[in-house]
Amino acid sequence: MAEKPRTPGFETLAIHAGASPDPATGARSTPIYQTTAYVFDDVDHAASLFNLQTYGYLYSRLTNPTVSVLEERVASLEGGRGAIAVASGHAAQMLAFFSFMEPGDQFVSSNKLYGGSITQFGRSFKKFGWDAVLVDPDDPENFRRALTPKCKAVFVESLSNPTGVVVDLEAIAEIAHDAGCLFIVDNTMASPYICRPMRWGADLVIHSTTKFLSGHGNAMGGIVVDSGRFDWAQNDKFKSLSEPEPAYHGLRFYETFGDLALTVHGHAVGLRDLGATMAPLNAFLTITGIETLPLRMERHVQNAQAVAEYLAGHPAVSWVAYAGLPQSKYHKLAQKYLPKGAGSVFTFGVKGGYQAGVALVEGVELFSHLANVGDTRSLIIHPASTTHRQLTEEQQIAAGAGPDVVRLSIGLESIADIIGDLEQGLEKATRLRNA
Amino acid sequence: MVGASEHWNRPSYFAMKYLQDKGYRVIPVNPQAKGEEILGEAVRPDLASIPEKIDMVDIFRRAAAVPPLVDQAIAKGAKVVWMQLGVRHDEAAIKAEAAGLEVVMNRCPKIEYSRLHGELAWSGVNTGIISSKRRKL
Repeated sequence: MAEKPRTPGFETLAIHAGASPDPATGARSTPIYQTTAYVFDDVDHAASLFNLQTYGYLYSRLTNPTVSVLEERVASLEGGRGAIAVASGHAAQMLAFFSFMEPGDQFVSSNKLYGGSITQFGRSFKKFGWDAVLVDPDDPENFRRALTPKCKAVFVESLSNPTGVVVDLEAIAEIAHDAGCLFIVDNTMASPYICRPMRWGADLVIHSTTKFLSGHGNAMGGIVVDSGRFDWAQNDKFKSLSEPEPAYHGLRFYETFGDLALTVHGHAVGLRDLGATMAPLNAFLTITGIETLPLRMERHVQNAQAVAEYLAGHPAVSWVAYAGLPQSKYHKLAQKYLPKGAGSVFTFGVKGGYQAGVALVEGVELFSHLANVGDTRSLIIHPASTTHRQLTEEQQIAAGAGPDVVRLSIGLESIADIIGDLEQGLEKATRLRNA
Repeated sequence: MVGASEHWNRPSYFAMKYLQDKGYRVIPVNPQAKGEEILGEAVRPDLASIPEKIDMVDIFRRAAAVPPLVDQAIAKGAKVVWMQLGVRHDEAAIKAEAAGLEVVMNRCPKIEYSRLHGELAWSGVNTGIISSKRRKL
């Protein structure tokens, strides 16, 4: 009897999953299929494709061969059954909730989120009649207390942006599942190299692939990964998957596609109607970026740890929120959920408040002052004056983005140059404070 | 295919049509649709009334209906009993295996065929297949 093939390691999957040589040409690198549509063999083939009775490409708003490679790659790295790639991380959140939310439904979310997500949940989701109830994730019981019969899902960021809060995934997953709710985890800040939320009970994992997955600050994208483990028929909350879909002549996705139900639904209904398709070129850049994800993440966290330790001892710095520091209140959770390092995005408080924060971001010369994270380049931003300025000061503080907060995304430059640039920037901020 | 439906939006119809396209002959079995045709094949009321030899019995019925179908599959000399997504009957499976049949439960032959032949990857599914070889079209 043949020996059972061993499961490939993470580094192997990061390079090979989903990307066998192109069957048409033998091209070894994944080709960019820059096409909108695909010919039918005949009318019957077209009908089978439109009815979802056979597999194949139809129209690139739904599926595209380059994008499919990325979907399988990320699904594989997260340990999921399938994935739906979309135009951005925000589109991923929209598509994930769109797959099961109806007007009047609720979900419970951590309040320690990227500021743009708080705005999306609090403002735009309201227009669909979706109600996000925000709670402090530090005590998992806060989620249980906020659950109502109308709740369909629980949402958290595994490692939150920008506060560096690490949530107790296993405990929150149990609370969600006890209530028959879906557990959705945004794993953007950690990346699957550092954290695998599905091991701890996540049903869906979401990424802005714009960040560490693509990794070079050159390609927008988002993705929803489905574990394939959620029972969509366990209650009457998920009728769009368990009940007949009128637009597909009464097809029931869960009955017909089993553990592929959400993956098929996400393309056939989600992308069909939301239209937030990922461009094939962006999929190609992201696939290429992921090939080096393990190597990049190792260096990202190594550099971030060194910078966090440096800042923790700096006289112009009042606090550092990095879960890799032993004094962080999240250090224990980080050791459990982020054993390879606490990511490379974190915040710190600069003495002198709002003005000192502005002086620092304007005074650095190697760090780029911009609104992104997860780039090869080191990045800096003062959230109160930029990403979080649409929030009230109360909301800013609740989101960990108060007036003295500076967010860093530590890149892959020489560590002496990264620290040297912060040194001179803090010097400028301090001079301003003393002037 | 036991429990084959003449309604085109039912999962059994999807699977039958797909497997036919891949070159398999699929004989529909459904006492309620006896005498009708599905996808060009005459519907049989039960396994015993199929004149030809059969290789596999694909069961699109709820788990409770499985044991007598396994008995019929053994009597008919089938080599494989396949229970569809969501269908599992461990005792019937043990009986079939003891009679020398291979048993698959809670899977769909359409999905497994497409997984092994690359088509499932077209839908963003994690096939679990890693290969540096060029796949045949």
